[in-house]
Amino acid sequence: MSVFKPVLTEYIHQKDCHTFPFYKSVGGYTALEKVLKMNPEDVTQEVKDSNLRGRGGAGFPTGVKWGFIPKETNKQIYLINNADESEPGTFKDRLLMNKAPHQMLEGMIIAAYAIGCHTSFIYIRGEFYKEYKLLEKVVAEAYENNLLGDNILGSNYNLDVVIHRGAGAYICGEETGLIESLEGKRGWPRIKPPFPAIEGYLQSPTIVNNVETLSCLPHIVNRGAGWFKAIGPEKGPGPRLFCISGCVNNPGVFEEPMGVSLKDLIFDRAGGIPDGKQLKAVFPGGSSSAILTANEAMDVMMDFEELVEKKSMLGSAGVIVMDETVNMVQACLNIARFYAHESCGQCTPCREGTAWLVKMLTRLVNGGGKPDDIDMLFEITDNIGGLIDFSKGSFGKTICPFGEAVAWPVRSFVEKFKGEFMEYLPQEKVVA
Amino acid sequence: MNTNGTPNEKFTFSDKEKVEKIFSTYSDKKSATLPLLHLAQSEKGYISGAVINSVADLVDCHPAVVMDCVSFYTMFYTKPHGRHIIQVCQTLSCSLNGADALVDQVADKYGIQPGETTKDDRLTLMKVECLGSCGTAPVVQINNEYHEGLSEEKFDDLLESLP
Repeated sequence: MSVFKPVLTEYIHQKDCHTFPFYKSVGGYTALEKVLKMNPEDVTQEVKDSNLRGRGGAGFPTGVKWGFIPKETNKQIYLINNADESEPGTFKDRLLMNKAPHQMLEGMIIAAYAIGCHTSFIYIRGEFYKEYKLLEKVVAEAYENNLLGDNILGSNYNLDVVIHRGAGAYICGEETGLIESLEGKRGWPRIKPPFPAIEGYLQSPTIVNNVETLSCLPHIVNRGAGWFKAIGPEKGPGPRLFCISGCVNNPGVFEEPMGVSLKDLIFDRAGGIPDGKQLKAVFPGGSSSAILTANEAMDVMMDFEELVEKKSMLGSAGVIVMDETVNMVQACLNIARFYAHESCGQCTPCREGTAWLVKMLTRLVNGGGKPDDIDMLFEITDNIGGLIDFSKGSFGKTICPFGEAVAWPVRSFVEKFKGEFMEYLPQEKVVA
Repeated sequence: MNTNGTPNEKFTFSDKEKVEKIFSTYSDKKSATLPLLHLAQSEKGYISGAVINSVADLVDCHPAVVMDCVSFYTMFYTKPHGRHIIQVCQTLSCSLNGADALVDQVADKYGIQPGETTKDDRLTLMKVECLGSCGTAPVVQINNEYHEGLSEEKFDDLLESLP
């Protein structure tokens, strides 16, 4: 395998890499200059041709999403940069904002130009206060240098960027929850259709793209769709930021081509497991993905398609590693508690179901297990997020994918480590 | 409807310019709700009934609508708290790297449980969900600042250093 040179994180170890002069010195904003001389449709086509898929979690093709904006509309068109990073195990957008904020902003201006947007938002997670203050400076620098505002770089294109802080709600990373939140309401996801590209912010066409997705755009423009598509699997190519945390020697963000092996990520990049302990299980794509056992994890490529085949998902590429000492029932309870806390409360199966899961798992952990608890756990997860049978496509018991996001991991814990859950049941029943 | 104050009580923003700047940023008044609440909380320390009434007036809606919004978000506090809000992340990667011990450490040292404030109003302890810094677990947010990769010793020094 040829040595991969980082694209998005090439300069993050250099001094002052977040500043405007530094970004300019390494060719920053040359892609924008190029784009402003192109037809917006051609920019969209280039992104379509690159097969870039969203880096937030859902993996939807970015250019295709842009293509849903109505061709003829007299409404304002909005672009929202989704910087509400909060999927457990994921911490790459924060890195990009800290170390390469101008790369992200250039991507935003390119996207906005392509879709015909003149007012754009950065919806940043409320807790990311330091990053918010930094972005304020970055945006101000861009205005000073005629990269935002009127007649950008002498073109007749105008764009304003507004930084909007969230206030602590995981669900606002879901694009319609985010839009509701931006409108000053609780972040309750909307029923789709209509999709945001038709009716989003203030009922106007809106595109929501993730920080990492947008950060890819200057490179696609400068080096071409063909270059991008040649990195990793054709159906989901490009560089990708993999976040590795949990029980590893060297946790962090590692930029690799799509399709890198999970084994290499854990044992090479992240330095393996401390104290020579054995691997037990892995979340491959954030806590919303079904966990993989050690055996499954040793034999998987980090690719959209392959992880779906393994009945999990690449999601946000947040890898959480659990070693042999981790109690799977406790870990399952930890994740269930997260979802119960973050359920927005709009749909009954999710609001009630997540609370039930926590109640049951807490009871199990405290020694109060009942014989039919395992069946009950399966029943509850099925009621929240479908039967997890991809071949039957059994989705859709809640308005947004949060239902599946809790059902899949919890069910995978119980299915793959049933023995550990059984140990918490009354003894006579285990024998029977 | 609101829990903190009388229906007619109003809050006056001390920084009028900031309020005007917020409104000049959004074409839609209601979109200014979260920014105004953040501003009010930074001035008053929490979202009182008076704040809710005033924000409702500013964005032109019923106070119940603002209260509905406030109650949804974990970062908006509806009652006063200590000067330093110690928010210990408890989600999986932090939990696997010793976050539970950090909670116990504060509880033992200051005699407060999660959700409680010390008698001198110096510290409030909170357990929070994923702060998005799993690679430097365990992580504690104190007011607006992240403290990453904490050992018990480092955390103790940090706690001692808080005014």
